[in-house]
Amino acid sequence: MSFRPFTRRSFVLGAAGVAGAGVLSACAPGENAPTQTQKPGGTSPSAAASKDPSQLGDITLVVWDQEVRGSQNDALVALNKAFQEKYPNIKIDRKSQSFDDLKAQASLALSGNDVPDVMQVNNARADMGQFVKAGQLTDLSPFAATYGWEDRFPTSVLSKVRYSADAKTFGEGNLYGLPQTGEIVGIFYSQKKLDALGVKAPTTWDEYFAALDAALAKGEQPMVLGNVDKWPALHVFGPLQAKYVAPDEIVKLGMGNAGASWTDEPNKAAMKQFADWGSKKYFGGSPNGTDYDAAWNDFTKGTGVFLPGGSWLGTDMEAVMGEDLHFIAPPPAVDGKLATTGGTGIPFAIPAKAKQVEAAAAYIDFITTSDAMKLIAENGGFPVLDTASLAPEKGVQKEIFEAFDKVSQEGTLLPYLDYATPSFSDTAGQGLQEVLGAQRTPDEVLADFEADYKEFTG
Amino acid sequence: MARKRREAPSAVVRGRLTPYLYLLPAFLVYAGFLLYPLLRAAQFSLYDWPGFGPSTFVGLGNYVDLLSDRRFLAAVTHALTLIIFYSILPLVVGLVLAAILRRGKVKGLGVFRVLIFMPQVIALVVVAVAWYQIYAPNGYLNALLSAVGLEGLTRGWLGDPTFALPAVGMVGFWLQTGLVMLLLLAGMGRIPNDQYEAARLDGAGPIREFFAITLPAVKAEITTALVLTIIAALKTFDLVYVTTGGGPGTATTVPSYEVYNRAFNLKEVGSASAVAVVLTILVFLINVVVSRIGEEKR
Repeated sequence: MSFRPFTRRSFVLGAAGVAGAGVLSACAPGENAPTQTQKPGGTSPSAAASKDPSQLGDITLVVWDQEVRGSQNDALVALNKAFQEKYPNIKIDRKSQSFDDLKAQASLALSGNDVPDVMQVNNARADMGQFVKAGQLTDLSPFAATYGWEDRFPTSVLSKVRYSADAKTFGEGNLYGLPQTGEIVGIFYSQKKLDALGVKAPTTWDEYFAALDAALAKGEQPMVLGNVDKWPALHVFGPLQAKYVAPDEIVKLGMGNAGASWTDEPNKAAMKQFADWGSKKYFGGSPNGTDYDAAWNDFTKGTGVFLPGGSWLGTDMEAVMGEDLHFIAPPPAVDGKLATTGGTGIPFAIPAKAKQVEAAAAYIDFITTSDAMKLIAENGGFPVLDTASLAPEKGVQKEIFEAFDKVSQEGTLLPYLDYATPSFSDTAGQGLQEVLGAQRTPDEVLADFEADYKEFTG
Repeated sequence: MARKRREAPSAVVRGRLTPYLYLLPAFLVYAGFLLYPLLRAAQFSLYDWPGFGPSTFVGLGNYVDLLSDRRFLAAVTHALTLIIFYSILPLVVGLVLAAILRRGKVKGLGVFRVLIFMPQVIALVVVAVAWYQIYAPNGYLNALLSAVGLEGLTRGWLGDPTFALPAVGMVGFWLQTGLVMLLLLAGMGRIPNDQYEAARLDGAGPIREFFAITLPAVKAEITTALVLTIIAALKTFDLVYVTTGGGPGTATTVPSYEVYNRAFNLKEVGSASAVAVVLTILVFLINVVVSRIGEEKR
């Protein structure tokens, strides 16, 4: 037998035809999703939520977390051990990786069938919001009722993990996760530097501005900022915004809920002040060219007077600066109450397809009790609850704990501005860099912010 | 010993399809890992899709959006600018270096070759981290400038909207020059020495020699070098990702970075695929043009 002569052209055409047919017949991306029987907003487990974990039989609980840093890791290791001692029938299979790695994997992991039982999911619109919309997370509200989470957590903390079932509203609605740790953005300063300038720690924005001017007049760099990665400027602009804009407006803008505007006069004033700081070199010659970690390292070595930044920097800087380092919440907002960017660590959530939902909920409950908070504090972490009573006796950590407690109890923990829309971290990071480097005017950048916000809120 | 008579090839071996059968395994691997993803990417570019969950067919909508997308247009402009640093400058410098090394009896030629080629061997991320330190506000470059009394020029190079892109470009220049020089040296090595002797007898100086003999002889190598470096320029990702993240603002964003940013940060997989497709077409087009020009002149 012999094969029919096969020309090169017909081979190529044939291959192209096969490939083309493949494309046509290939299903649309993600087409499987709508055929799932779940409704948007995830599954709601039944009232069986109250089942005793020790009655669940021998099971393995798969936990994915990103608590790789020293104190956080120690705390979770201890908590996992305690949990397994309390429930010998439950074995915890923990997979720990960096925040960036977990974040990058989250969407693939959640859309697959082999999901972890407990997973830390960033509560921004770009992450948790998208997953809620796609029906990939379990609504924890029934468990909240069973375990009394609403009494345990302040409303302002829980609002950071609440979405409506269609993910249109952020801050109200179902509960999709529970945080273990807290975070607050404030102002670090060096006491020696303030003494040299002859100023006291500011309690109002006017005093803060005066202190900055005094520093500049003496040839000191008033503030330290390393913004090459774009996001650090959000932690400077966020607290400053509260000097001009009412906190409830900022909450709307920051959570991507309709009803506010980036282009009103208060926001313009805030952005203009931020631009002035940039053009008058309040952050030194090149904040946009400075690395985040290099910036706080420079601060510990004597560069700058103030460092607007997050509570997570406290431990490392205190190791170098000791008692010279102090922390204050930013001065009261435009309405006279405290308000600053801050919130919760990455919350623990339960994927919609998790196999051990009951045990997962029991685990999340276990790692957020008062005892757990104590354990986190003992390990040098920053618990989200009972912060005032768990504060260390002295040092910058005490000041951070107290500032967080005061703002979360009496004032407003403003959302990180990049929570707002799936693309806002990009828009805001880029815009604040451009304002800082005078590449674009405050009005132009605010117009970009507004366009992003309006496109999302509709 | 009688040699075994060779048997006539069987009908199967004589069949015209047979060579393709041998190619089939390789083709299947190639198709599975390259053609299929390529076609899928082209398909994704027609959808509005966050990377999971349901998708919406939007036809060429993603491509139409790109036409008025400030970030995308900036990225393409930057990629084209980087060609100057990745291709044109290394070609000029590489030619001069190669001509000098070829002509002069340089001692330890091998050492120089290794040194100049070294950047090619180092992982790009390592290169990027090293240059990140050099460009930092209190990094080595500024220290050097201050040491020679040029404090006025110091700045945070990667944070300066005017200098950030050239700063990234200079890293590319540093990377590619060695490769270009090595290619050209190889080409020059093939030129018979008697050509040069003849030229010298006719009274040609080194410069005349270079333009009359060396340059025409290495046209093929120049084309190869240009194709390789232009692809590298247009594909730049690691350098930008590590050093600037596309900033300040959009001053250093490039198409590859846009693909990553859209797909993984913004979860706009459709738009990311559209950028990827446009980038692929751009790389192909520019290289077809370069190759054509190179072949014509030969």
